[in-house]
Amino acid sequence: MERIGRRAADAIVWILLLTMPLWLNAVGGYTQLGTRVVILALAAMSLNFLLGYTGVLSFGHAAYFGLGVYGTGLTIKYLVASTLAGMLVGVLAAVAAAAVIGALIVRLRGIYFAMVTIAFGQVFYFIAYRWNTVTGGDDGLSGWRRLPIDLGVGTLDIVHDDKAFYYLVLACFALAVGIMAVLLRSPFGRTLLAIRENERRARFLGIPVDRHIWLSWVISCTFVSLAGTLYALLNNFADPHDLRWDQSGDFVIMAVLGGMRSFWGPLIGAAIFVVLQDYVSSQTQNWMSFIGLFFVLVVLFFPRGVLGMFRRRSAP
Amino acid sequence: MTQLILYNVFNGLIIGAFYALMALGLSLILNLSGVINFAHGGFLAVGAYLAYTLMPYIGFWGALVVSPFLTALLGLAIERVLIRPLYGRDPLYSLLLTFGLAFMLEDGTRFIWGPATLPFAIPDWLAQPLSGQFFFLTGYRLFMVLLVTGTVAALFLILNHTRLGIRIRAGTLDLETVSVLGVNVRLLRSLNFGLGIFLAGLAGVLAAGMLGLQPTIGSDLIMPSFVAIIIGGLGSLPGTLLGGLLIGVASGLTTVFFPSASEAVIYVLMGLVLLVRPRGLLGEEGRF
Repeated sequence: MERIGRRAADAIVWILLLTMPLWLNAVGGYTQLGTRVVILALAAMSLNFLLGYTGVLSFGHAAYFGLGVYGTGLTIKYLVASTLAGMLVGVLAAVAAAAVIGALIVRLRGIYFAMVTIAFGQVFYFIAYRWNTVTGGDDGLSGWRRLPIDLGVGTLDIVHDDKAFYYLVLACFALAVGIMAVLLRSPFGRTLLAIRENERRARFLGIPVDRHIWLSWVISCTFVSLAGTLYALLNNFADPHDLRWDQSGDFVIMAVLGGMRSFWGPLIGAAIFVVLQDYVSSQTQNWMSFIGLFFVLVVLFFPRGVLGMFRRRSAP
Repeated sequence: MTQLILYNVFNGLIIGAFYALMALGLSLILNLSGVINFAHGGFLAVGAYLAYTLMPYIGFWGALVVSPFLTALLGLAIERVLIRPLYGRDPLYSLLLTFGLAFMLEDGTRFIWGPATLPFAIPDWLAQPLSGQFFFLTGYRLFMVLLVTGTVAALFLILNHTRLGIRIRAGTLDLETVSVLGVNVRLLRSLNFGLGIFLAGLAGVLAAGMLGLQPTIGSDLIMPSFVAIIIGGLGSLPGTLLGGLLIGVASGLTTVFFPSASEAVIYVLMGLVLLVRPRGLLGEEGRF
């Protein structure tokens, strides 16, 4: 019964995502907003791979998101005028950084881990912020844009066709989310759950806990950086704010708001967050207070998230 | 050159003293309650702006004393209503809540006092340079160093020699046992939180005198405070103090040779410390 329910939920999510450009305008949205939802949902779901399924609290994922953003922008602007090359460089840069930093912090736990991830995230922010001549500093990196992708049999015009770009983003989303789903169902994923539930017991069973957490961290950062590259392409711009700690907080709140213990939770959280932010920032200058209040309200009243309210037990 | 290096080392010490003052408050709260108080910078800004508003009525010295107390009262109220329900739960929640609070406090100060930088007048005799040769040695800077030293000394005296302080230290080691021994843990946590916020308020007034008033004054100072705690070692207050001074001097020295890296260098330092000694310079093994 539960399995059928989950299949049905999966099907509904995919149908909604695939048909989004068709109905989004009718409900008052626009294609770019939908694209942003999918991109940030990918980021939040990647974070949740670590947060919800491994039980490791990272508050510094914006760094790897931002490395994806800047990797893409810098490559297209200075090196190769190719969208795919930009994405590749963005992801590789983030993976390299995550592998090194992960090795440094993998032995830390709980709030100590959270604090160190926050602090490390700021390094990249300051580099982007201070290295004016290359990164554009506080003004961000502009003067480049996404380019049509040559597929061999034809070109995919993602420059002028918002919908084509949406489907490119959705394809990347599907790939990343599919890999994460398969991983979570594999013995590796089950081991991560075991570590989340009881790390000491997992260690006694002979599981190399640190290595598993390091892998989970790198996988999570990889997909978050993929989201970053897509975000750069969406905006045709790299903003130092994408690297800052408040962006990390946004990812965490999306995951919590939707429900950390459910696979699609962060997607719902991201959708609510993006739509709300879009609305509030168009209505008032004091949007920071509203977002802050939103954080407080979520923690006090929805600590288990939208999906968590429907489920009594935390199913994996 | 010597003058330049001296200037930057001294400047770094002052900045480091700031970081330390702020980080000590953060550390107190973190050690006893397991809450990473992201809103610490927000409280610092509130302290600074309150002092600005109070100054026409009670002068600089009055504001220096009263403003941190008012900030601490605000902190106590917020702790009672918002943070207390989260003790004992996943640290994720208190982190998110104080994160939201930080936004609200920063935006709140911007809403009340405006986004522009406001001047913060300090007494004239403090603003004078003390020596012609060492132009940077103004009375205010010297005064700040003395005040921070005095405050830190007082804090350690309280922690080591008063009943409250001893209970706080015992609580950091084993809160459950302290509770079983009949100490009111709720009250202890509240007072400890208030003490931490008091330090933030004081740091705010001092920072206002040196940097002027900006709504972002707190969020600019909070990250280095985190780094100070990590370098010093979680759970160790002397470590936090050492970490603050260390990163202050390190970023001061970097300013001389490679100015654009002055912010990034403290994170490099943090990476090195974690590589060599994951628990921090003075942290205890196995506590976190």
